Amino acid sequence: MRRLAVWAVTAMFALAVYLLLTLWSGAWGLWSLSELIAGVVMALIVGLVAGNLLWERGGWRMLMPHRWVLLLVFSAGPLLWAMARANVDVAWRVITGKIRPGIVRFDPALKTELARTILANAITLTPGTLTVDVHELSGAFYVHWINVTDERPTPEQVCGALPAWARRIAE
Amino acid sequence: MSIELPFAVAAAVLAGFMLISVLRLGIGPTAADRAVALDTVNTLVVTTMVLLGAGLRQVVLVDVAIVYALLSFVSTLYIARFLEGGWR
Amino acid sequence: MNIVIYILLAVGAVFNGLGALALIRFPDVYTRIHGATKCTTFGSIFSITAVVVHGFLRGGGEGGTLAVHALFALVFLLITNPTGSHALARGAYRGGIKPAQAVVDQLEKDRR
Repeated sequence: MRRLAVWAVTAMFALAVYLLLTLWSGAWGLWSLSELIAGVVMALIVGLVAGNLLWERGGWRMLMPHRWVLLLVFSAGPLLWAMARANVDVAWRVITGKIRPGIVRFDPALKTELARTILANAITLTPGTLTVDVHELSGAFYVHWINVTDERPTPEQVCGALPAWARRIAE
Repeated sequence: MSIELPFAVAAAVLAGFMLISVLRLGIGPTAADRAVALDTVNTLVVTTMVLLGAGLRQVVLVDVAIVYALLSFVSTLYIARFLEGGWR
Repeated sequence: MNIVIYILLAVGAVFNGLGALALIRFPDVYTRIHGATKCTTFGSIFSITAVVVHGFLRGGGEGGTLAVHALFALVFLLITNPTGSHALARGAYRGGIKPAQAVVDQLEKDRR
C-alpha cells in the first residue's frame, strides 16, 4: 500500500515537471495529445524507479502546501539577503586577503534528512561558512569557517536563524 | 539569424571568466583544486548556455543547459567519491 | 524595461567574475570552494533572471518557453551547486587535505 502511494505521488511530481517543460507544444499555449501520452508513460516509469529513493520515513509532511510556501519565503527573503552579504564578504576577503580559517563543530539538533540538507546548503551559501561533514548519528555539523571567532561556537554564532528556518520548513 | 546583442556580450564576458578558471584547472597543486575549478567551469558553462539561448534565439540551447547541469552534478559527485581515496 | 535587463546582466557578470577571481586568489581548497560556489551561484541568479525577464517581455510561445526553461535551469543550478561543493569539500578532507592556516580543526580531533 505504501509502495503504491509512493509511486503515485512521485509520478505526479514528475508529470508536473514534464508539463511545465512542454508548455506551448500544442495549440493556444497548451499541450498536444501525443505529448500528454508520452508524459504520462514516462512519469509512471520515473515514479517506479525513483519513488523509494526519494521518500524517507515521515517524508509525507512535505505534502503540506504551507511548507512549500515557507520554503519559497525563506529562499526569496532571508537566504537571498544572506547570499548578498556573503558575496560582499568574499569580495572584501579577496581584495584584502584577511582570513582566519578553521573547522568547527556545532549541533543544530535537526532530525530529518531533508532539514539537514536544507541547512547544509543554506550554510554553504551564507557568509563565511562551508559545510564539510555531517555526523549521521548525532547530527553534528562540521563547518569550515573562514573567520573563526570562537572555537566552540553555538549554532547562532555560526549561522544565525537558519536552523530555526530549516526546522520550520521540514520538521 | 538575428542576434540579441546584450546577451551575446554577457556570454562572451562569462567565457573570459571561464578561461581564468581554466588557469586554476591547469596550475592547481592538488586534484581537489582541479575538481573545484572544473565545478566552477561547469556552472559558468550552464549560465553561458542559457545566455546564448536568449542571445541567438535558440531555445534548444536552454534545454541543453538543463541536461548539462544535471550531468555535471553527477560527475562532480563521482569525482568527490574518487577524492575520498579510491572506489569503495 | 531594457535597462533592467542590462543592470541584471552587468551585476551577474560582476559576481561571476568575482568567483573566478576568488578561485585564483585564495590559498587552499576550502577557501576556494567558499569563493567559487557563493559567487557563481549568486551571479547565475542575476544572469538567468535577465533571460527570464527577457523571455516574458517577448511573450508568445517562443518567449514563454525560453522563460520557463531558463527558470528550470536556475532551480536545478541552485539545488546542485551547493550540494556538489559540499561533496567536494568532504571528499577533499577524507582524501587527507588539511585546511591551510587553520586556527582550529575540530573534525581532526573528533576522528582521532
